[in-house]
Amino acid sequence: MNETLRRPRAAKPMFEGAEWDFALMQEVYDAVKDIALNDLGLDVFPNQIEVISAEQMLDAYSSVGMPLMYSHWSFGKRFVRDEMLYRKGYQALAYEIVINSNPCISYYMEENSMAMQTLVLAHAAFGHNHFFKNNYLFQQWTDPNGILDYLEFSKRYVSECEEKYGQEAVESVLDAAHALQNQSVFRYRRANKLKLSEYEARRRTRLANEEASYSDLWRTVPNLSKSKEPTPAELEAAERSLRHRLPEENLLYFLEKSSPILQPWQRELLRIVRNVSQYFYPQRQTKLMNEGCATFVHYHIVNQMYDRGLISEGALLEILHSHSNVVYQTGFDNPHHSGMNPYALGFAMMQDIQRICVAPTPEDREWFPQLAGHEDWRGALREIWANYRDESFVRQFLSPHLIRKFKLFVLTDKASESEYAIDAIHDAEGYRRVRNALADSYDVAARDPDIQIVDVDLLGDRKLILKHRRRNRVPLAEGDRDKVMRHVKRLWGYDAILQEEDAG
Amino acid sequence: MPQFIDRRLNPRDKSLGNRMRFLKRTRARIKEAVDKAVRERTIGDAAKGGSVSIPTDGINEPMFHDADSGGDRSRVLPGNKEFVSGDRLDKPKGGQGGRGRQGAQDGDGEDAFTFALSEEEFLDLLFEDLELPDLIKASLKDAKLAEPRRAGYSADGLIPNLNVLRTMRHSLSRRLALRRPSRSEIERLETRLAEIAEAPETEALKEEELRLRVELKRAKHLQRSIPFIDPIDVRYNRFTRVVVPRAKAVMFCLMDVSASMGEREKDLAKRFFILLHLFLKRKYERVDIVFIRHTHEAKEVDEHEFFYGRETGGTVVSTALEAMAEIRDKRYSPAEWNVYCAEASDGDNSGGDTERCVELLNEAILPTTQYFAYIEIADRDISSHWSGGDSKELWRGYADLAEAAPNFAMRKVSNPADIYPVFRELFARQREKGTP
Repeated sequence: MNETLRRPRAAKPMFEGAEWDFALMQEVYDAVKDIALNDLGLDVFPNQIEVISAEQMLDAYSSVGMPLMYSHWSFGKRFVRDEMLYRKGYQALAYEIVINSNPCISYYMEENSMAMQTLVLAHAAFGHNHFFKNNYLFQQWTDPNGILDYLEFSKRYVSECEEKYGQEAVESVLDAAHALQNQSVFRYRRANKLKLSEYEARRRTRLANEEASYSDLWRTVPNLSKSKEPTPAELEAAERSLRHRLPEENLLYFLEKSSPILQPWQRELLRIVRNVSQYFYPQRQTKLMNEGCATFVHYHIVNQMYDRGLISEGALLEILHSHSNVVYQTGFDNPHHSGMNPYALGFAMMQDIQRICVAPTPEDREWFPQLAGHEDWRGALREIWANYRDESFVRQFLSPHLIRKFKLFVLTDKASESEYAIDAIHDAEGYRRVRNALADSYDVAARDPDIQIVDVDLLGDRKLILKHRRRNRVPLAEGDRDKVMRHVKRLWGYDAILQEEDAG
Repeated sequence: MPQFIDRRLNPRDKSLGNRMRFLKRTRARIKEAVDKAVRERTIGDAAKGGSVSIPTDGINEPMFHDADSGGDRSRVLPGNKEFVSGDRLDKPKGGQGGRGRQGAQDGDGEDAFTFALSEEEFLDLLFEDLELPDLIKASLKDAKLAEPRRAGYSADGLIPNLNVLRTMRHSLSRRLALRRPSRSEIERLETRLAEIAEAPETEALKEEELRLRVELKRAKHLQRSIPFIDPIDVRYNRFTRVVVPRAKAVMFCLMDVSASMGEREKDLAKRFFILLHLFLKRKYERVDIVFIRHTHEAKEVDEHEFFYGRETGGTVVSTALEAMAEIRDKRYSPAEWNVYCAEASDGDNSGGDTERCVELLNEAILPTTQYFAYIEIADRDISSHWSGGDSKELWRGYADLAEAAPNFAMRKVSNPADIYPVFRELFARQREKGTP
């Protein structure tokens, strides 16, 4: 595509002033869509665009952004907090909320000016929408066609249970399930179960392979394993773990399938909670990319619109003002600092990739030979959006240029030492270490404590044994750990213990 | 093709159910916070909603997460200014102070959880298990005032009350019925006549002119003889006297502040005053509060002084009653104001003064007072608020009065839970005593 080829500027911008109406939104939508599909080459779900009031936005906030959700007091708690923060002016509301569904539903605040509506249309209806539809995690793990129906079902189911068994009984199960929801996702796809015939075929190949590679020489090697004959107890444990498919990392899944005391409706509640948790798991893994993608898309689109004369300079300035607020990164020593801003870093990385494609420096050529001078930066970005998550994205594409720009450094804190150490800064030796450390911090699987169910003897005392593998000897917060374990015991019905072990 | 949907008119308060659940779950905690808030507020705005803070235990949602300290960890931070690789920094004192708020992003930190309650929720909690009262009507029976209200139209009245619209409507229908020619009709005849006068004379025109002249004369005659507005058209707004509740009330709070009234006693009294004030607030447009405290002499004070001021001295109750009557006569004429009076005391009085009190009440106060409520703050261990056992000086003196006067009531209160039942009884009793 020829960068210098510009369409003639439209005679008149599409809107002046802040007022918007649906006809105008439609016109702007069409203009945004033209750029999104024909210039950036995005591929999106059909859009369903809903305009809501501030109060409704608060409602949506409290039910984790979903348009419908089962009832639970914790959502009420979120609501009263957000409401107070909003009313007292501590916290502004989001301009939009977008839901990974098909059609892709996005909510827009009625207070937004037309310029802001343009921004959020580009951001949510095209940026996020494209990401939801194309990223591999969402494709593998979520079902955008079914999510709303499923939530509708769960809402109805929970309220039916409340009628039948009482609000308290239902809430106590949900409380326990919520406590475990972060440990209740499947992180890896399970291998498909083999059909019997396939299994037989595989066994035969293996046998044939063994026969073909048989060598009498092996007989002469002293058999080490013989000295470690498994004890009966070990054998039994092995048999148990095979039967219950242990170890199991999805706690609610295990409890739902194997708890000796739960009623069918309670199992169904656990299932609902873990399904919702699983639905959000890709979002937790791609926060940085998702926002980076959407921010990049809106930035590109509004600039294109301005170049084509579709929006006025005033509107562009208003949009850029809020854009730059969103992508502001505070320094670590700023009192308002709360970690890396996913909008800032995500947007910067997307822009950086565009820059590397279009105008690479020698350094870029060395670090990113596959990107530097790429003739189609749009295609390169689309491919990245489709095939990475935050952790792999940072590990692969954070450039020295950006590390310098953000002045990143690594601070290590060892319990055994009385001082913090600066491990790496933005210099030639430090780039890779900074990049790896940052990528690690985006690895959700490594951020959530690694807790698995390792053993249970259903014929014996039925004690459930969980194991926490401490990474880098970082312990669990004790107060919450004990409270969560009480929930586990309640769902399991018998004793449950948590063993801690340092990961090797 | 995108679908635009306007959801703004959808029902609001989708989260109301969850909000109620949350409040229910934390009711006990919130109640404590509300009670505390009430103690800190003035009576006038005790019932306003507002933010309350409750401790987070019981509403936190535990999850497995890493502890704030321990183990080895590394963090990537932006905005390096001066560090170079290999630098070492002192850890903040007291472990990891700099990172203490890590877990608090969701508001679930150690800090109290703060949120806002609406006025209704606030009242609900304040009078929890008290069912908000619905008995004011009975007690307000005589708090009435006749007020002119519009009541249709009449044929006579004062000019300022003339109802122009109605009058004109009558006038129009009368003119139509009597076929009074309108001005435009006469104008039409006159222009036509002028046209004829200018046109060349013909037989037909001459005949028409004659006919028109007759018609015009008749029309002018009719216009003169049928008036535009006739006295029978005129209507006036009619007013009638309607009895409505009076809009202003004054509430006298009388309290004994001698040394025997401690923190607990004052707190109980305050709750009672708050309740009464809420009642009156709902009924009247304007409620004034007058605080009079007394030891051996009475004094009008502001609210803060009333509840928190320190004063010592003997106990002469009649001084307060005198002060009240005086203020009422000076500022709150019973003709205009509904007078309510609530007296709280521990029941002690100096010898001989009680008779004086009864006399004052009988003669100067009760006749012009809507309601006089006396509560005696009893010792903590008296569980029943009903009279009984050995009564104190003031109680004995008032007992007869309560029998005789319909607008005088008295009760004993020993703990906060008593306040509302006592309140209800005070008003319920009057209904029984009142005219059947």
